[in-house]
Amino acid sequence: MGGRRIAAMPTGLLHDYPFHASRYDEMFAARGEARPHWQAFVERLASFPEESLLQREKFVRDAIEADGVSYNIYNDPQGQRRPWELDMLPLIIDDAEWMNLSAAVAQRARLLNAILADLYGPQHLLAEGLLPPALVFGQPGFRWPARGLHPPGDIWLFSYAVDLARAPNGRWWAIADRTQGPSGAGYALQNRIIVSNAFPIAFRELHINRLASYFRSMQESFARFAPADREDEAPLTVLLTPGPYNETHFEHAFLARYLGFPLVEGQDLTVRDNTVFLKTLSGLRRVHAILRRLDDDYCDPLELRTDSTLGIPGLLGAIRAGRVLMANAIGSGVLESGALFGFLPAICQRLLGEPLAMPSVASWWCGEKPALEYVLDHLDALVIKPAFPSMRMNAVFGHLLHGESRQKMIERILAQPHAYVAQEWVRLAQAPVWRHKRLLPRSVGIRVFSCASSDGGYTVMPGALGRVAPRSGMEVISMQRGGLSKDTWIRAENPVRTSLLKRRLGVVDLVSGGVDIPSRVGENLFWLGRYTERVEIGARLLRAAMSRIASSEDAEQGLAGLLTALYRLGMFSDKPGARGEQGKTSHAATSGEVDEETRLERRLIAALADPGQPGSVAFNLRALAFSAGQVRERLSSDNWHALYALEQLLTAPVTGIDQALSAINHVMQSCITFAGFALDDMTRDAGWRFLILGRLIERLEGLAGLISVPAHADADKREQMLEWLLEAADSIVTYRARYRRMPELLPALHLIVFDPANPHAIRYQVNMLHDYLANAARELGHSHHSQMIDPLARQLEDFDLARFEDDDPSQALIALHALLAAAADAAQALSDEVHRRYFTHTANPTLLRRVA
Amino acid sequence: MTPDALRYLIRHDTRYRYDQAVGESRQIVRLRPRELPRQHCIAHRLETDPAPRRSESYNDGFGNPVCSLHFEREHDVLFVRAESLVEIMPPPRALDESPPWETVRNKLAYCAGHPLDAAFLEAAGCLFESRYVRVKHDFAEYAHADFPPATPLLVGADRLMRRIHREFTYDPEATDISTPVTEVLASRRGVCQDFAHLMLSCLRSLGLAARYVSGYILTHPPAGKERLVGADATHAWVSVFCPGQGWVDFDPTNAQMPATEHVTLGWGRDFADISPLRGVILGSGGHKMEIAVTMVRETESHILYPETPVVTAFQAIPTVTFHSMGY
Repeated sequence: MGGRRIAAMPTGLLHDYPFHASRYDEMFAARGEARPHWQAFVERLASFPEESLLQREKFVRDAIEADGVSYNIYNDPQGQRRPWELDMLPLIIDDAEWMNLSAAVAQRARLLNAILADLYGPQHLLAEGLLPPALVFGQPGFRWPARGLHPPGDIWLFSYAVDLARAPNGRWWAIADRTQGPSGAGYALQNRIIVSNAFPIAFRELHINRLASYFRSMQESFARFAPADREDEAPLTVLLTPGPYNETHFEHAFLARYLGFPLVEGQDLTVRDNTVFLKTLSGLRRVHAILRRLDDDYCDPLELRTDSTLGIPGLLGAIRAGRVLMANAIGSGVLESGALFGFLPAICQRLLGEPLAMPSVASWWCGEKPALEYVLDHLDALVIKPAFPSMRMNAVFGHLLHGESRQKMIERILAQPHAYVAQEWVRLAQAPVWRHKRLLPRSVGIRVFSCASSDGGYTVMPGALGRVAPRSGMEVISMQRGGLSKDTWIRAENPVRTSLLKRRLGVVDLVSGGVDIPSRVGENLFWLGRYTERVEIGARLLRAAMSRIASSEDAEQGLAGLLTALYRLGMFSDKPGARGEQGKTSHAATSGEVDEETRLERRLIAALADPGQPGSVAFNLRALAFSAGQVRERLSSDNWHALYALEQLLTAPVTGIDQALSAINHVMQSCITFAGFALDDMTRDAGWRFLILGRLIERLEGLAGLISVPAHADADKREQMLEWLLEAADSIVTYRARYRRMPELLPALHLIVFDPANPHAIRYQVNMLHDYLANAARELGHSHHSQMIDPLARQLEDFDLARFEDDDPSQALIALHALLAAAADAAQALSDEVHRRYFTHTANPTLLRRVA
Repeated sequence: MTPDALRYLIRHDTRYRYDQAVGESRQIVRLRPRELPRQHCIAHRLETDPAPRRSESYNDGFGNPVCSLHFEREHDVLFVRAESLVEIMPPPRALDESPPWETVRNKLAYCAGHPLDAAFLEAAGCLFESRYVRVKHDFAEYAHADFPPATPLLVGADRLMRRIHREFTYDPEATDISTPVTEVLASRRGVCQDFAHLMLSCLRSLGLAARYVSGYILTHPPAGKERLVGADATHAWVSVFCPGQGWVDFDPTNAQMPATEHVTLGWGRDFADISPLRGVILGSGGHKMEIAVTMVRETESHILYPETPVVTAFQAIPTVTFHSMGY
């Protein structure tokens, strides 16, 4: 391989690279000598000053953070949402080499599809001895209920990915097949978006193949193969995810958005008459195809894993009836075993009548006696792997096994030989990554993606997910174990036309909001709205209470009614009684003033910061974050950042009132930021409407509860309560600006009950609810719920405020009590009605078990 | 009717009572006796209350007849009644004629390029671990005593069955469906299901193919007592693959080779593949289940049908029907 030496290297970047001649290096043919297909990129790289490289590195890091790209790691101390790791330097693959590679991947996809069709159909391969029964019937991934199914177009393997590694001699080998629900294509796309922007000129000038055409072809295949009742029926494809806790949930959300498929969980789908439907805010919509990221065992609790709450009861019936396209088919995971590798060449001849184009890494399935003997004799040169992915065993390097652990491994293999496969220990190829201002070598491999094309073959994505070992000298690449990724570039001969994902949209494609919004999303947005408001009003009330304690001047008088209000909002679990407000002096003699105050302080702090206390601000923040997490894909990244900030609040311990007050201020600021995003940033579709509905209903209920405290208080205490009431209702500034004096009953009530212009008044909530409910009903094709809100509106309209001018306002107060009770009832009834009407079917299926 | 054949009437009632009304329910029912060389289901009917909105019949991956039911009307009780009239013929007996067990094990082991005939291919499906059956050294060790070198396969299986019956105690309190078979081996207690899973684990750990059979067994009331309706239960046993003879049944719970008093519903790798009823309901409350099985000789049909002669009872009844019983 003749590379050209690069003369000018101001940074020494290329020369300092620790090149190892014993390994294949993707970039270098020899020390300081780039391979021909890298030359153009390496020249540019060498010409960049260090700051420019650091800027690009920062750009990549910031972009990942801004886009919220993440990968969830199980049992990771960092917990959920570990940022995705992307090296800024792409991996470039020679285009001629790629042509062969992609043809070989397409062939392998056709082969694996044919194997699945055979295993779940006539089973010729087993009968002819071309495949050991142990690798089929002994493999937990073989799904008996899938026997005899006929997927549309006979496509069992709709999408397929293969992990490739390059051996020291430069040849590519398949090291793992992904046949169940291959992940990574979305990450590859995300990597491409970021890296192509980090090196925009190089990307354009080097004529790198775009990825969009691959995804377009995937959409076309769905349209082509999804079973529809009528010719002109536009098929609906959904992306089925196990939920936000899955390791690759980010990718599910990202791909769903990119492909325009609704992102759904099992509970969003229902089966009626062997037809799959999506439960949307506007009713049931037929689903024609499912892009599945849920393991098949969890897909249908009726026929598959019985304890699955993630699945869709009856789904297999719909598949059996040919009413839905499952990508990939139930049972496709049976091929995710390295033990099959040795059998593929003969099977390829038998099923396709052609030689297998891509070699697999040399492997020995221990279920065959000669292979077992070979493995035990050559353990040092081999890597031991489970024959069945369900064994969840990590690869073990034979040369690292000594003494007792070696003996144990041998015993394990001898006990169940068919459960193990040994593979040649491949010294993976290296590629430079940018670390610590240097180029450093790391082991690399690529994952290549393909999907069934509408002509019956397979389309291969002209790019790949570059997979990089996290540390130098490490031979195992696993995203679960902290791997790094790379964008993979394949150069085209000619300039590449920038392609958009979709054809241009016509009027017929225009979507009015809400059509495909799953009910679950609406429900979570609704509760997101409720919890945001609940957090805010609770924080304001606690601030009012704490600031009165802190100022200590006349604390007792200032607190009048406040503790009752906290109880009304559910923030105190027990009703303030003898020991709280009235009984304080009588108790003081025995328990002591200081203790009583400390006790109250502690209770207030717990109501703020104790996440284990239902109703506390911290508790509600968690509930809020949970709801937000369920609809993450609907929030913009800025919005998500605002939420993330909310989630981080109140995680540090709060010990004193000062700290608590400062924490409350942070909560308030974050809430305001979030509310701002929600109001300005989100598309006003039906989903957004439910967020606002939740907020309005919660505020209506909260206000009614708060105002009822002074309304029911003794006359001499009432006026003292108005100040904190106005603070809690966020209306104190308005009040002072209007009246410039201490709060009085009539103007205070006017401001927070009857003023239609005050967004914190009951009247305002009622008017807005009327409008939003009418809009939601119209958009989603329901009748209006006017009877639930109009009577309250009339009551407000008809209320005679002049009665409060009487010397004795008791008549007016009685009317007010009734009004507040009606408002609280209306809030509850509306919440129930919204649930019933738009979010029904949210109950989880319960499984009947027969104990015989 | 062949002279040796026996006829039985079976009624299998299942009643689910839900704490809260259930709006939707799906059931997979495997209650129709399978057609076999020496078993013929003359008539069968399935009734439910409420009536299903939709029902479908098909064969599962093992070839067992399945009925899938979907209920959409709100209900707090679901009643399922399956009635069958079955004819059984006695099996041939030839334990000693079976090949040595090692020969069978070796023929079942994979050998590259050697074709499998249909019988061996079917056997291969029941050769490995499954949900309730383990392949472990412990089980092979337990079974070895009954399989000295060159023992004819069926002789070994017969001994193993008798030893399980001898050494294990029938104890419905000791286990439930979630009890692992390793625990059954350790505690030496269990019910028919456990003994079947245990015997399967032993046989498969030896490298032999064996499957789980679900069905009914005729019980005999104590001398001088009348047979009671609903006093029987579903039953489970195992079937061993023997080249040349096909699948041969062994009932470790009763230490007998099923002949003419066992009725086969169907089979699978273990209970998980062939549970008689399996369902999912949409709802959050709990439920209670009552099962009543009655199996009588055709000559005792008056026990189940006091008013009608059985011939009339089953005459002109389509094989599968649904009635809303509205009791």
